[in-house]
Amino acid sequence: MKIVIINYGAGNIQSIKFAIQRLGFEAVLSNDVNEILNADKVIFPGVGEASSAMQKLRDSGLDTLVPKLKQPVLGICLGMQLMCNSTEEGATKGLGIFDVDVIKFTDKVKVPQIGWNQIKNLKADLFNDIPEAEYIYLVHSFYAPKCDETIATSEYDVEYSAALKKDNFYGTQFHPEKSSSIGEKILLNFLKMK
Amino acid sequence: MLTKRIIPCLDIKNGRTVKGVNFVDLRDAGDPVELAALYASSGADELVFLDISATEERRKTLAELVFHVAEKVNIPFTVGGGISSIEDVDVLLQNGADKVSINSSAVKNPQLINDLSAKFGSQCIVVAIDAKQIDGEWIVHLVGGKVPTEIRLFDWAKEVEERGAGEILFTSMDNDGTKDGFANEALAKLSTELNIPIIASGGAGNMQHFTDTFIDGKADAALAASVFHFKEIEIADLKEELKNNGIPVRI
Repeated sequence: MKIVIINYGAGNIQSIKFAIQRLGFEAVLSNDVNEILNADKVIFPGVGEASSAMQKLRDSGLDTLVPKLKQPVLGICLGMQLMCNSTEEGATKGLGIFDVDVIKFTDKVKVPQIGWNQIKNLKADLFNDIPEAEYIYLVHSFYAPKCDETIATSEYDVEYSAALKKDNFYGTQFHPEKSSSIGEKILLNFLKMK
Repeated sequence: MLTKRIIPCLDIKNGRTVKGVNFVDLRDAGDPVELAALYASSGADELVFLDISATEERRKTLAELVFHVAEKVNIPFTVGGGISSIEDVDVLLQNGADKVSINSSAVKNPQLINDLSAKFGSQCIVVAIDAKQIDGEWIVHLVGGKVPTEIRLFDWAKEVEERGAGEILFTSMDNDGTKDGFANEALAKLSTELNIPIIASGGAGNMQHFTDTFIDGKADAALAASVFHFKEIEIADLKEELKNNGIPVRI
């Protein structure tokens, strides 16, 4: 199986590569169009600020490629947010894969949310054999509200999308690669998809 | 519900853990990677590595250590100690660190906080503040708490937040090493006046101290070293007790 982690210069991708290694697979980091197109699984990471990450994606010409991919694609954290219509962070236009607009937590809660929270209302194959209310690790200031494409929710300030799915596209607001053994199970579910 | 975090801190010198650790089940208690993996599997929510080496090769040694920790450990970790530039941070994040913590370098050059959070995002910039009370006033100290500044803790903490820090790691030098509990009054004031997470550090001696710092100190996370390293407190027991005291924790 060929697993590609899209390397467009946004954030810590080493830990995703290592998590996949711990599961017994190898992933390559790449920004090569053909390599990404020919992968069995594509991971779209992202850490940092949205508008500069989006700019890097455009600079590498991958902004038009990602929405066209046919194999399972998993966006993580900012990667998931960039797959939405837009994000309030830096007034950034997203890839428009998930039909939802990412907004900021209000100051009723501490921002960023940092730490372990629970995922509930789990749907779809990404969460096969994952019990409700397990703890996953999150670090974020912006969130995707609940919508038709929500396949997991979490609660902080409001109940929001902890994960999204549309066709072959998946997104998690949490970091499966940093969410202990539960995160690794979720990552394995993704890698085992047909 | 977002849970309160328990964070063991490992002091590192030349790629090895320095504070004595009392783990009979470890092959090599001085190996930070093995110790980190053990903490991750025993319920720690995060780890902090504080590098205190002063050699020419320290940057390279630390980057290698970070790489090996990231390879083995499936929970987030923060790296601090001697970080003073964008390049320093870049290397550590590239090698798999989730967050970095800056301390003296931020006091000497506060603009560094803005630069780092703009480049890497607030979420990975922790500002560590060491302070102690002088004539009833909390004053920021440098060099591991040895050198006093003119800066007042609460002024500095607010500035740090405004400049884009994602978290504050507050160590009370008055409490550190005493095992008498955390500086909960100052912590509660920080947590109330600021809108970013506050990590309590300094003073952990027993399980009640953790309950107190989450309730009275309103801390979002608590960091400790020796009580964990010497197995005076097992993380699993601590979390059970916190849960029984109504504090949300990941079990």
